[in-house]
Amino acid sequence: MAQSLDRQKETPSQTAGPYVHIGLTPNVVGIAGVYREDLGSSMVEDGTRGERITLIVTVFDGAGAPLRDALVEIWQADAEGFYPSPAERRGRADPHFSGWGRSAADMETGACLFHTIKPGRVPMADGRLMAPHISIWIVARGINLGLHTRIYFPEEEEANVSDPILARIEHRARVATLIARRGADAYVFDVHLQGDNETVFFDS
Amino acid sequence: MASDRLSNRPVETGPFFQRDRNWHPPALTPGYKTSVLRSPQRALISFDNTLSETAGPVFGHAMLGEGDNDLIHNFASPGEAALGERIIVYGRVIDERGVGVPGALLEFWQANAGGRYRHKKDGYLAPLDPNFGGCGRTITGGDGGYAFRSIKPGPYPWPNGPNDWRPSHIHFSVFGHGFAQRLITQMYFEGDPLIWRCPIVRGIPDRAAIEQLIAAVDMEATIPMDARAFKFDIVLRGRRSTMFENRLEGN
Ligand SMILES: [Fe+3]
Repeated sequence: MAQSLDRQKETPSQTAGPYVHIGLTPNVVGIAGVYREDLGSSMVEDGTRGERITLIVTVFDGAGAPLRDALVEIWQADAEGFYPSPAERRGRADPHFSGWGRSAADMETGACLFHTIKPGRVPMADGRLMAPHISIWIVARGINLGLHTRIYFPEEEEANVSDPILARIEHRARVATLIARRGADAYVFDVHLQGDNETVFFDS
Repeated sequence: MASDRLSNRPVETGPFFQRDRNWHPPALTPGYKTSVLRSPQRALISFDNTLSETAGPVFGHAMLGEGDNDLIHNFASPGEAALGERIIVYGRVIDERGVGVPGALLEFWQANAGGRYRHKKDGYLAPLDPNFGGCGRTITGGDGGYAFRSIKPGPYPWPNGPNDWRPSHIHFSVFGHGFAQRLITQMYFEGDPLIWRCPIVRGIPDRAAIEQLIAAVDMEATIPMDARAFKFDIVLRGRRSTMFENRLEGN
């Protein structure tokens, strides 16, 4: 016998269930007066630097139906590529940018809406630059463990080609599942949980 | 050197330990029917954390309202209180190394004492309690500790099998220091016979992992003539030390 490592096991995940919005966006589901505003509902303010963008995320199940009970969170760097986080040691992020947003799916369309800015590039630990991206986390009824993936930008072709994370995707055709498309006034990112266009999800 | 929120520990920036996906329920658990069409089928793509995963926002105590950790009163009319068995839920948020996680955001939601949610999609026969909203939140203190007050939620039937019932449970959302630590789970109550019959619980393969979700009655923390206490500790992914790792130092 050797000494014990004294490690704990991570608390196992359980589904967020159909009523996740009661807990995370109560004002959206009509529980008013408990919290002044829902957390993560605004990422930018007047002084935020960078290009304003709107992002619409919709999650689809294996039958092609949108998840109307999903909850999506995003996390991203500011316009210069700095994270508004104590873990950011390279410099100070824009104090007028939260970096983190949360949105409940529209109960009719399943669309999750975010008003944010386009992120700058962030380096890996070895100095290689990642392409501009937004990290995304998806929970819903029927999802046993929250799903992590990333949203990349269609106009960043050069940066996307050299992105070290996208380079990890062996089946190159699947890279397209992580690149948003330009809609009329917004970037549109459809997540497919299953099927031919199943989105690439990460274990990181 | 910048210090950790609420403590004098230096900020840690190391990558998180790999997630043990055999400890969590797999994506596809056919006994929980909704998972069938909502479970990814391809292999996940793995990579070591970058700053995008190790960093996360800060949640300050200043954003909390006075009643946020008191579900008995935070939706009730003045002078009134939610119906049900009064309970205190308390514990610590630690990481896999056993280190307390200060400044973690905990959000919780639950059904009322009769098992009914305040949600237009919940049509269960049990009545709404006009004095119960069902949501609360808090931020862990310097040692990762937290506590809140509520009523014990009732079990409820749900459309899955012909006669499936959820055990009494409180949903928890946990936000530690990094986006890759993000976790949602459910807390169950010691002694509830419905735990071992629940298809959602049974998606977890290991019995010891299920037991990690069962809060223990703690008579020592109970307030006599007022509220029973349940202890629920939560473990988030641990961090590697970066002491010997090659990395470009930005400053
Ligand atoms: Fe529930």
